[in-house]
Amino acid sequence: MSRPTATEPEFAEVFGPHLSRATGDRLDPGVVPDKTVKTHCCFCGQQCGIELLVKDNRVIGFEPWLEFPFNHGKLCPKGVKRYLQGAHPDRLLHAQVRDEHARGGFRPVAYDEAVSRVAAEIERIQSAHGPQAFGVLSGASLTTEKAYLMGKFARVCLKTPYIDYNGRLCMVSAAAANKKAFGIDRAANPWSDIPKAEIVWISGANVAECAPITTDYVWQARENGGRVIVVDPRLTPLARTCDLFLPIKPGRDAALFSGVLNLMIEHDWLDHAFIDAHTTGFTDLARAAAEWTPARTAAVTGIAERSIRQAAEWWGTARTSFLLHARGIEHHTHGVQNCLGAINIVLASGRIGREGCGYATITGQGNGQGGREHGQKCDQLPGGRDIANPEHRAHVAGVWGVAPDDLPGPGVDCYEMLRKVDRGEIRGLLSLCFNPAVSLPDSAFVKRMLEKLEFYAVIDFFLSETARYADVVLPGSLHEEDEGIVTTAEGRVIKINKAVDPPGEAREDWRIVQDLARALGRERGFTFVGPAAILAELREASRGGVADYAGIGYERLEREHGVFWPCPSADHPGTPRLFEPGSTNPVARGAGPFYFPDGKARFLPASYTSPAEEVDADYPLLLTTGRVVSHFLSGAQTRRIGPLVDHCPEPFIEVHAQLASRLGLADGDLATAATRRGAITLRVSVVKTIRPDTIFIPYHWPDGKSANALTIAAQDPISKIPEYKVCAARLTKAGEAR
Amino acid sequence: MPVPESHEFFIDPRRCIGCNACVQACTECDTHKGHAMIQLDYVDRGASPQTVPVVCMHCDSPTCAEVCPADAIKRTGDGVVQTARKPRCIGCNNCVLACPFGVPKMSTGMNLMMKCDMCYDRTSIGKKPMCASVCPSQALFFGTREEMARLRPASRVLNVFRFGNQTITTRVNMLVPGQAFVESLDVLSALHEPAAGNDAAENVLLDGMEAPHAG
Repeated sequence: MSRPTATEPEFAEVFGPHLSRATGDRLDPGVVPDKTVKTHCCFCGQQCGIELLVKDNRVIGFEPWLEFPFNHGKLCPKGVKRYLQGAHPDRLLHAQVRDEHARGGFRPVAYDEAVSRVAAEIERIQSAHGPQAFGVLSGASLTTEKAYLMGKFARVCLKTPYIDYNGRLCMVSAAAANKKAFGIDRAANPWSDIPKAEIVWISGANVAECAPITTDYVWQARENGGRVIVVDPRLTPLARTCDLFLPIKPGRDAALFSGVLNLMIEHDWLDHAFIDAHTTGFTDLARAAAEWTPARTAAVTGIAERSIRQAAEWWGTARTSFLLHARGIEHHTHGVQNCLGAINIVLASGRIGREGCGYATITGQGNGQGGREHGQKCDQLPGGRDIANPEHRAHVAGVWGVAPDDLPGPGVDCYEMLRKVDRGEIRGLLSLCFNPAVSLPDSAFVKRMLEKLEFYAVIDFFLSETARYADVVLPGSLHEEDEGIVTTAEGRVIKINKAVDPPGEAREDWRIVQDLARALGRERGFTFVGPAAILAELREASRGGVADYAGIGYERLEREHGVFWPCPSADHPGTPRLFEPGSTNPVARGAGPFYFPDGKARFLPASYTSPAEEVDADYPLLLTTGRVVSHFLSGAQTRRIGPLVDHCPEPFIEVHAQLASRLGLADGDLATAATRRGAITLRVSVVKTIRPDTIFIPYHWPDGKSANALTIAAQDPISKIPEYKVCAARLTKAGEAR
Repeated sequence: MPVPESHEFFIDPRRCIGCNACVQACTECDTHKGHAMIQLDYVDRGASPQTVPVVCMHCDSPTCAEVCPADAIKRTGDGVVQTARKPRCIGCNNCVLACPFGVPKMSTGMNLMMKCDMCYDRTSIGKKPMCASVCPSQALFFGTREEMARLRPASRVLNVFRFGNQTITTRVNMLVPGQAFVESLDVLSALHEPAAGNDAAENVLLDGMEAPHAG
């Protein structure tokens, strides 16, 4: 049992979050930086280009990088203030070991001593209980080189099947649906196709707060004469000016897409030539869609029937279109079905694989895309290869210099790993840049499992809420302290450049992982001299795979402002738009354009089932969660940046005025939101821009402010994504009995 | 070097997403480092997420300067109205009270009126203002009218405002819908009109509730 060694205030006093604000050099306009470094934002999947200003090994400010083609200098508030996390007072400068007598529950130790301790505990647990008794939880904000190394470390060094990553909480439903329908898991288009679309359909994506740069692309489409349709239970800032708003009841997206498809079939708003030439399964799908009459669709989704008809007509009759979605349709027990529904109306329209005609999911995490392509997802090997496929295993084993049979088989998703902790099958964990105590649903269970571990080691740069449960914390590196590649929401591979050195005894994460391999006496395959050497091996491991990076090198990425994968050779131009006639396709080999041997996309019925938890008399409301613009994910970074905290210091419960009036709540009152997992008390924000049967809480905060104390750990059976976006809740004025 | 005449500032409130990037970026500008000279307001958060960025409009005949008893507020030859000159400003607040756009702010700590100077440290050396550079939705834009015409074919620009009998022309332009054939924006009468779109938003959300809910 590893209960935290200090109270929350004691941890906070020593390890923060303290707030970083501009002082000294950062406020002095007379200070001349030593250098400027062109790199990218450390936060979301858009990875905006930014120039960091550096003086005396500290990032002191930024300049907009106007030439970078994705964002042309544009940044959201997180990007503007990201430079304040460098030289932060909470930064871990030394390794720490738990010590209940020490202030803050940890005492610093020499780096080598900490590494030896972690290696000894891994050795002890694996000797006693087998290699699979130790697991790895990795991160989706790491560079692709680090993600690749973590996958190789788990399978080759630790010989455990149990590695998964926090991208599991992001876009795996979209990834699974894309693979089922298209044979490839990547946004089909660059964002430059958005402004060329006559219709932009956005489902379950609060673009203004989660991907702010994308609003410019969407509104440019509108400026060019296009229409925008937004589907969301909340009237978001982008929805405010859309042409048609569909206020869907959370968790009913597959029904809406089937209803729209049914109307497209009824009115023959179909591209028959495309369907005949490039798809399979339409007849079966059409039969399944027939039951989704407008009346039934309206009844299930809570959207007025005339709005559904209008949406279908606009979508069905457009010449060009772009469909975007995000976690709002993906964070569900049937997230994959929702995404298949979206794909079905795209394929039925035939509007994919050409200019201005596209489909994409908006990646939430910094390297959600690249992070899963190259081997830290429990069922994948580098190159997007399938760990259960003998050919795929043989290729990667060859690059790694091991026998294919020595590679473990598929593991399980990160939440299931915790259930294995519960059953005593996993006894030790190593995590890297993952904050499950805040980010996983039903956090009371998550914390119990962290306490149950025999040994827990964490690599991170701040002592996160999860690291409080660790036995040993190794001081890792910030985004600006290392180099490497990431893959953006568009599928564009870009270069992250190092601006400063890690301070104190902090190390680049890849060094720490290799130090652990050496301390275990298993360093063969873990002697890379730097990220460039890791990338060289990654390129070989990905060669011939679906996610082929073989032609992608650092110099080229900088010169060309990124390269879209697949890019099988140095002289290949990359593939900005998938499914174009004649585009690279290692699976169809000329049959194309889709990534199946016959080159055809699959229509698959998007079956509708209601969410895991329905409302009832005890819990009559729907709870949904999401982001605010000034914070990022579990807030481990942004809750330490003063100006961002000033902008949004606390979570809140968003409530419709009609519901507030029924419950006797006024704007700013304290109210308690409760589900079957827990209860939290926050101030209410009374608005008319949310469905009256739904409440919303942003999820970036820990402990008593944590939305994930309420959310349900139900998961999609295919993607294993948790159902963060809907569960049954009740709301009462604070202090009042039910 | 003056701010080039060809480059103008444009505001499109329809595009504003309330993200605060402009406010955060403004604190990074060298001339007032650490202080934001732009403000971002919700019109009526209860009814709508509509927000509006407020910058100095850089009037051709700035009321703030006209009412300044100490002659502390200067308009440069290139049309940029500057923060009050520190040696002259007496902190009387006349400018704050007089500006019809509600822009100047009194820094009580410094006893000085401070306001947006269109990032003069940047624009006078050929860079764009910090807020317009970063604005992710491009609700704020700095460039030429030709660029604007190309990028916003469905919009038109307007820089004449009426406040009762006072008509003000500004160096900063507002974008309005292309089909809105108005020559000037009558701000005072607009104050008494309901914010457009709010009723529709409420209706559409309540409309959905009327449908019976099958699971």
